[in-house]
Amino acid sequence: MTLSAYLIVSSILFGLAIAGMVINRKNLILLLMCIELMLLSVNTNFIAFSHFSGNLQGQLFVFFILTVAAAEATIGLAILMVFFRRQHTISVQEMNSLKG
Amino acid sequence: MTTSSNFLSNLALAIILFPLLGCLIAGFFGKKIGQRGAHWVTTLMVGASFFLSIYLVKLVVFDNLTFNGAIYTWGSSGNFVFDVGFLIDRLSALMMLTVTFVSFLVHIYSIGYMKGDPGYQRFFSYISLFTFAMLMLVSANNFMQLYFGWEGVGLVSYLLIGFWYKKNSANEGGLKAFLINRVGDLGFILGIGAILAFFGSVDYATVFSQAPALAASNAMVNIYPHIHWSAITVICLLLFIGAMGKSAQMPLHVWLPESMEGPTPISALIHAATMVTAGVYMVARMSPLFELSPVSLSVILIIGGTSALFTGILALVQNDIKRVVAYSTLSQLGYMMAALGASAFSAGIFHLFTHACFKALLFLAAGSVIIGMHHEQDMRKMGNLRKYMPITYVTFLIGALALCAIPPFAGFYSKDTIIDAVHLSTVFGGTYAYYCVLIGTFVTALYTFRAFFMTFHTEERMDQHTRETIKESSAVVWIPLLVLAVPSIILGWVLEGPMLENLFGNAIYTASQYDTLSTIASDFHGSWAMMLHAVFTLPFWLAIAGVFCAWFAYVCRPQLPAVLAQRFSTLYTVLVHKYGFDEFNNWFFVKGGIRFANWLFRVGDIKILDDLMVNGSGRVVAWLSAAARKLQTGYLYHYVLAMVLGVLVFGVWYS
Amino acid sequence: MLLQQVVFYFFAISLIFSASMVIFSRNPVTSALFLVYSFFNSAILWMMLNAEFLSLVLIFVYVGAVMTLFLFVVMMLNIDTETLRKGFIKHAVLAVGVVIVVLVLMMMAIWTGNLAGLPDIQAPANYSNTHALGNELYTHYVYAFELSAMLLLVAIISAISLSHHKPKRKTQNISSQVDAKPKDRVHLINMSSEKKV
Repeated sequence: MTLSAYLIVSSILFGLAIAGMVINRKNLILLLMCIELMLLSVNTNFIAFSHFSGNLQGQLFVFFILTVAAAEATIGLAILMVFFRRQHTISVQEMNSLKG
Repeated sequence: MTTSSNFLSNLALAIILFPLLGCLIAGFFGKKIGQRGAHWVTTLMVGASFFLSIYLVKLVVFDNLTFNGAIYTWGSSGNFVFDVGFLIDRLSALMMLTVTFVSFLVHIYSIGYMKGDPGYQRFFSYISLFTFAMLMLVSANNFMQLYFGWEGVGLVSYLLIGFWYKKNSANEGGLKAFLINRVGDLGFILGIGAILAFFGSVDYATVFSQAPALAASNAMVNIYPHIHWSAITVICLLLFIGAMGKSAQMPLHVWLPESMEGPTPISALIHAATMVTAGVYMVARMSPLFELSPVSLSVILIIGGTSALFTGILALVQNDIKRVVAYSTLSQLGYMMAALGASAFSAGIFHLFTHACFKALLFLAAGSVIIGMHHEQDMRKMGNLRKYMPITYVTFLIGALALCAIPPFAGFYSKDTIIDAVHLSTVFGGTYAYYCVLIGTFVTALYTFRAFFMTFHTEERMDQHTRETIKESSAVVWIPLLVLAVPSIILGWVLEGPMLENLFGNAIYTASQYDTLSTIASDFHGSWAMMLHAVFTLPFWLAIAGVFCAWFAYVCRPQLPAVLAQRFSTLYTVLVHKYGFDEFNNWFFVKGGIRFANWLFRVGDIKILDDLMVNGSGRVVAWLSAAARKLQTGYLYHYVLAMVLGVLVFGVWYS
Repeated sequence: MLLQQVVFYFFAISLIFSASMVIFSRNPVTSALFLVYSFFNSAILWMMLNAEFLSLVLIFVYVGAVMTLFLFVVMMLNIDTETLRKGFIKHAVLAVGVVIVVLVLMMMAIWTGNLAGLPDIQAPANYSNTHALGNELYTHYVYAFELSAMLLLVAIISAISLSHHKPKRKTQNISSQVDAKPKDRVHLINMSSEKKV
């Protein structure tokens, strides 16, 4: 397979993730999932480049991105829980206490 | 440094520091040592200075010693070093002698004049301080020390004009003198700054040695966009503005008549003999600079000539005896300045010396009259005082004759030389100045003898009580008068020859194309010959005519002046209002300043600063944040959308 | 080679399909499950790129831990999905626009990137991806590695402290007991004694 094929797949994945963020923009949990999808596409990119350029640095980056993504998902979900407990909804529409 | 120059610097230091010591003792321990102690200590100190000055002059003039060097480094900043140093040459030594001489006599005289004054010790402390500052000024070898002395004498002048601080007019006079001197001093300090900028040094010797190179290099100062002036002219004009303030040249002369609110010894010492001549001394000292700038020579000549004539005319309508003498001082300062403008620096300084003697004499004699009249200064209430005060009468007459340039008195020699020099001057404005100083001799004689006749002749107009108690002043008063009368008679006769033969040596520099004095010197065949020759010259007859007119108008036909005043009422009004300088200053600077300040307050402060800037910035912040808070919707997806769009914009931008 | 292409296309299409289902499905639980599926698919793709260790980590750690967490959360919360999906179509148009722009940009980058020359080298049989990664990780990247460990610890602590529910416990409040005054507790009421009838 060529590098381009992997890159095209990951960019389609990235585009879908963005689309998901736009159309599911009120559901916080789906926003988090879309972020996971984005990270997945980015990771795929890294691994493809790593493979085709013959060094390991890309994979090491993916390793750290996975770590950070796990942490991010954990804290994001924790915040979501707290928010739901207070507001009894996860609608992003209700989250406007930052309004200036 | 050789032993002799070392000795010379120590001698100068002693001359300068003795008066300061006297000032400090009288100032800080005045209560402890009492009035007698105060006048003894200060007079002794100044007397010591005076006798040391005589010795100094002997060393400098007859043994040809000079000293130029720093004795203490006052401060240094980067490459600039400000030293306390002395330049002891013929010019400064003779100036020091003049200053200490007049100061010594004024100290003695003040013992009588200030008797019983509550501020007795303070007064003696001040005049000693003045002597110190004036000596610092004349002995300086750099501009910073010159400026120190310059401001020092200005300060003491202010303090002494306002000496009777309970009198409102004295306070106002002091303030006026101080404020107008600020105008001049601003020009002066700017000039010193320009010197520092162009020469990188404030040392006289360095500056003078570099000045021809600067003049030759045609350095320019950018006064205003597209207006370039020669640097040397700018420096000279700025320095001359300082001299105008200090030496009371038109139009900065208005403070000097007001300064007569001070005690009369002060008028004699500060406002006639020494401080007001500081400007003349300074210009003469800077002759190597001024000779390089024909423009500034012209300015000096024109302003000097104008002051010489027009301030003299003002003296004609004054009735206060001190003010008459004050206006005559203005006029004589104009003569000195005109001499400087005609490059006859030696003649200007010569007139400074003779003027110091006979004007101090006139002031002290006027002071003696004032003591006799119980502090009445109005000449209309005097008359026939020769009967009561014979010594004062004689000495005043000597002073008046010297002032009017009647041979063989001192004023004749110096003034006649000045008139000749101005006549020979080739710079622009020379002819105008010549006619000014020529007519000035007539005016001088007229007002001097007007005052003389009104005071000492004519019928007695004082009240009964004064008439009964009037008597000749005490010895401490008339001894200085007699002492001053001697140089007023002979000083010109003695010094005319040496003056023309380069009395001041290298201290004064005259460019060959302006050297008017050498022409006069070549025609000079001794003081006797000059005196006899005077009979055939115009100034002499003008002076005689002035004396005669004064006699005719005030002794023969006393009603004539009133008739003339009525006939020429416009002219008379102009003169009484002193050409309206005070009114103009009041209207333009004082009222205008208040109006301008009000305008700044209303427009600048309230509208621009408070409203536009302070409140305005607040309003702008509020307005901007009102706009910016619309961006903060608080909805997460708006932020996400902004992020996505931002990424897209970046992508498009860099693709 | 052909087999490889078949496998690639199959899993790539499957990945894109499952990702679409993540964003289009009505039920969050379905979304989460499809997300798990897309992780699986990309793990296969990574495997094809000789990144065996990472593809297995993706399945074990991500699917096993993070996605389970997602499922738990989704099921714990009683989410009213219908109101959340309002305006779905309206936003779909915007979404399509954004996606097209993103895709065009990325495709431009890929086509102009001159990537054709890079060879698809399959690793030799005795190559151990895990060994190579470990070698790098414990030598050149050891500080970053330890930092990421610290980061995970911080994430654990913060997640626990955020979501930990304080139960209402019936304990003594010592200070209020000490502060208590008799008059707060006992009211003495002055009553007149009853009269005998």
